[in-house]
Amino acid sequence: MSKNEILAAIRRNKPTGAVLPSIPTFPEGKASPVVTFITMVETGGGQVIRASGPGALQAAIENRFPDAKRIASPIPGVKSNVALGAIHSPSELEPVDVAVISGRLGVAENGAIWVTEEDCIHRVLPFITQHLFLLLDEAAIVHNMHQAYEQIQVDASGFGLFIAGPSKTADIEQSLVIGAQGARSLTVVLEPPLTSG
Amino acid sequence: MKEHAQKSAEFIRDESRTDWHDEALWFVRSKRDRAAHSIAEWEQLRELASQVKDNVLAHLDQYLEQFEANAQRNGVHVHWAADAAEHNRIVHSILEKHNVQRLVKSKSMLTEECHLNEYLTERGVEVVDTDLGERIIQLKEEPPSHIVMPAIHLKKEEVGELFHQKLHTEKGASDPQYLTEAARQHLRQKFLAAGAAITGVNFAVAETGGVVVCTNEGNADMGVHLAPVQIHCMGIEKIIPRAEHLGIFTRLLARSATGQPITIYTSHYHRPKVNGEMHIVIVDNGRTTQLGRADFRNSLKCIRCGACMNTCPIYRRSGGHSYGYTIPGPIGSILTPGIDLKKYSGLPFASTLCGSCSDVCPVKINIHEQLYRWRQVIVREGHLPPAKRQGMKWAGKVLSNPGWYNSLGKLTRWALRQLPRPFLYNSFNEWGRDRELPQPPRQSFKEWYQNKKTEK
Amino acid sequence: MKVGLFIPCYIDQFYPQVGISTLELLEKLGCEVEYPTGQACCGQPMANTGCEEDAVAAYHHFVELFQTYEYIVAPSGSCVYHVRKHYDIIGQTEEVRKVRKNTLDLSEFLLDILKIKSLDSRFPHKVGLHQSCHGLRGLRLGTGSERVLESSSKLDTLLRMVDGLELVELTRADECCGFGGTFAINEPAISAKMGKDRIADHESKGVEVITAGDMSCLMHLEGILRRQNKGMKVKHIAEILNGTQL
Ligand code: SF4
Repeated sequence: MSKNEILAAIRRNKPTGAVLPSIPTFPEGKASPVVTFITMVETGGGQVIRASGPGALQAAIENRFPDAKRIASPIPGVKSNVALGAIHSPSELEPVDVAVISGRLGVAENGAIWVTEEDCIHRVLPFITQHLFLLLDEAAIVHNMHQAYEQIQVDASGFGLFIAGPSKTADIEQSLVIGAQGARSLTVVLEPPLTSG
Repeated sequence: MKEHAQKSAEFIRDESRTDWHDEALWFVRSKRDRAAHSIAEWEQLRELASQVKDNVLAHLDQYLEQFEANAQRNGVHVHWAADAAEHNRIVHSILEKHNVQRLVKSKSMLTEECHLNEYLTERGVEVVDTDLGERIIQLKEEPPSHIVMPAIHLKKEEVGELFHQKLHTEKGASDPQYLTEAARQHLRQKFLAAGAAITGVNFAVAETGGVVVCTNEGNADMGVHLAPVQIHCMGIEKIIPRAEHLGIFTRLLARSATGQPITIYTSHYHRPKVNGEMHIVIVDNGRTTQLGRADFRNSLKCIRCGACMNTCPIYRRSGGHSYGYTIPGPIGSILTPGIDLKKYSGLPFASTLCGSCSDVCPVKINIHEQLYRWRQVIVREGHLPPAKRQGMKWAGKVLSNPGWYNSLGKLTRWALRQLPRPFLYNSFNEWGRDRELPQPPRQSFKEWYQNKKTEK
Repeated sequence: MKVGLFIPCYIDQFYPQVGISTLELLEKLGCEVEYPTGQACCGQPMANTGCEEDAVAAYHHFVELFQTYEYIVAPSGSCVYHVRKHYDIIGQTEEVRKVRKNTLDLSEFLLDILKIKSLDSRFPHKVGLHQSCHGLRGLRLGTGSERVLESSSKLDTLLRMVDGLELVELTRADECCGFGGTFAINEPAISAKMGKDRIADHESKGVEVITAGDMSCLMHLEGILRRQNKGMKVKHIAEILNGTQL
């Protein structure tokens, strides 16, 4: 069996020693993570909107895409006209114009947002949609990827990912083109943290 | 040894195109510099990444077994392939089982290495590469010239002409935005029709049994989530011990590759989707042999960021195709001799040993030192042309014997002064094609010094 | 302090003025310098071509010749790097280890051992510094542009001590010139192209003189400059530091 042969060959040939280093805590930088996060999302080609109060998200969607025909979202309060629960084959999502999904955590150093399968209902949704909205709680923004991986459990979901902007490519002469195979735009809607009282 | 030299000489014949190619890659290197310099702990991260990978190599068997057990627990089918042929057979058998006729594939240097496309195409499977750059070269029937930017050698007009022929875009249209849009429409149809999707793997996490794939286009995910069957092909060296190590590698990878702070999509696949099937194929194909070469095993730490290509002054001026292997540039030049020493014996010499590759490498592979070491192996195994070998033997004798050295030096200087130009500058003088020889002085330093001493 | 002067073979044969400048400079700075006349070559040409075993005799000869000196100084980062880095294939006797450790590039010796702070020389010209790779990335005489560290450069520091010298900033601070030893004749087309590109960078900044810590890079660049009939000159850093004029 190839497995045993490969493992045997590794055992014969591998070096010894080499302990696993521990990852130190790196300085967080002086800037507020929210400010850095916004800059990084924008550098990555995304837009950031700060919404406060109920209805603000819906208004933002209608404002940006007044002509959108099919809007898909599992978030209560977003007017979704695609019944995500009734979709059997993911390819049925091809006509979706706008998808609105909750993100779990944001990373300031690169503007990435952690999204899980549970938030998408269908794994393909954030990719197949023409435009993507990600909703994020400002308080869920960490400084860097080390902190991010400390907080999330990557295998808690069957599928989870960081999204850091709209789909893009620079494969033709290094010219940046937004809207390669995935969503053509990303709008991050930042919700202010809930204040007590 | 002539191979690379000849191909690069041909490449350079079109000087303005060479300059264009050089500038395009230098631009990426500059973006990488800016991104790296924005992280104060950059050098520390490189050191950590290197140490983690050292640890992986030292415990690779344990990590692979742990990975397999965890992946199986997650409901993933794990396969092991000793070589390219077995890898291709395994993939094909999965496709056969599900009667898959159409396959979409995102970037995977491993499947390139195994020539999977040819194998499947011969067996009647339509294989569509979905990364834009890869689709371009697939349509053009060319190998990639770069591991991150596979079509970096092509101009937009050439892509325009190709798309006009294959995708019926307007004749003469070369706007990247327009061409990308055409590819988007074309590929959407392919994604929707595919029965299976294959991806490469950037990282496989032993602790959780999942794989991580990084793309900017979202093509890996479009394929994986639409097709009922997903297959991830990985070399044994893609393992990392724990999820926390992803923090180190995701910080380094995109910054090194393109100067982005992170790729747009960093996808973590752990379990098959509802009604879906997930396979992981773990491939050796010579890697365990490389693991046994103490001087060269570090090459297995590579995370395929391409930074060593972008920085290499020779790669930039000779193009990826001049290397004659899937993985070109500095890393290619230290991997290939381990695959076929004779065939690739010229590549370790396609370098000035400037060392820039080792210093950009996010996992600190000592690339230029390995180039130097491979040269020694190539000579020991008798792959240096005999005339050169003999020349070096003489040089070694003369240059360690002061008497011979002094006389020969004097003679050379005399000849350079006396001989008429056609004797010095002719087809035997490679130096003199584009350069003048040094103007020899009457006195060497040594002669001057000895005169001075006797005068005193 | 007794210094053994190591003058690499191609400098000895083709650029004696570089050896003379080095010797004069060191003597001016109060060193007792000896040049062992039995020297030939450090063995780098053979070893870089993969023929390490043909270089072993040169290694032994070198160690034999220099083992008694407290410091061995050479105006060549490349040859110094070779001695320090690649003399590891012969038996590591005490002499070998001592020679490897104490072989220094001129700039290291001036700044780290003599710790000079100023120089009595004048060179009123626009100068472009070519950072020779083995010195920069091998000996770490400066911070390469790849690395995220506080930037420093020994050669830079020394040139700034020269009166009237204007050091220009290049577009590509430390790209290889394409010499690379036998690379220059194995891959002549690309080697020359790299050299031309370096020259174009210096030229666009109005450089009058290109300098470097390694004469081999300058030999290559000079060969191209002369073929192209360009007015730009090359000077080894030792010549400039010693007050040689154009
Ligand atoms: S060798 Fe280093 S720089 Fe080159 S592709 Fe691999 S990881 Fe990147």
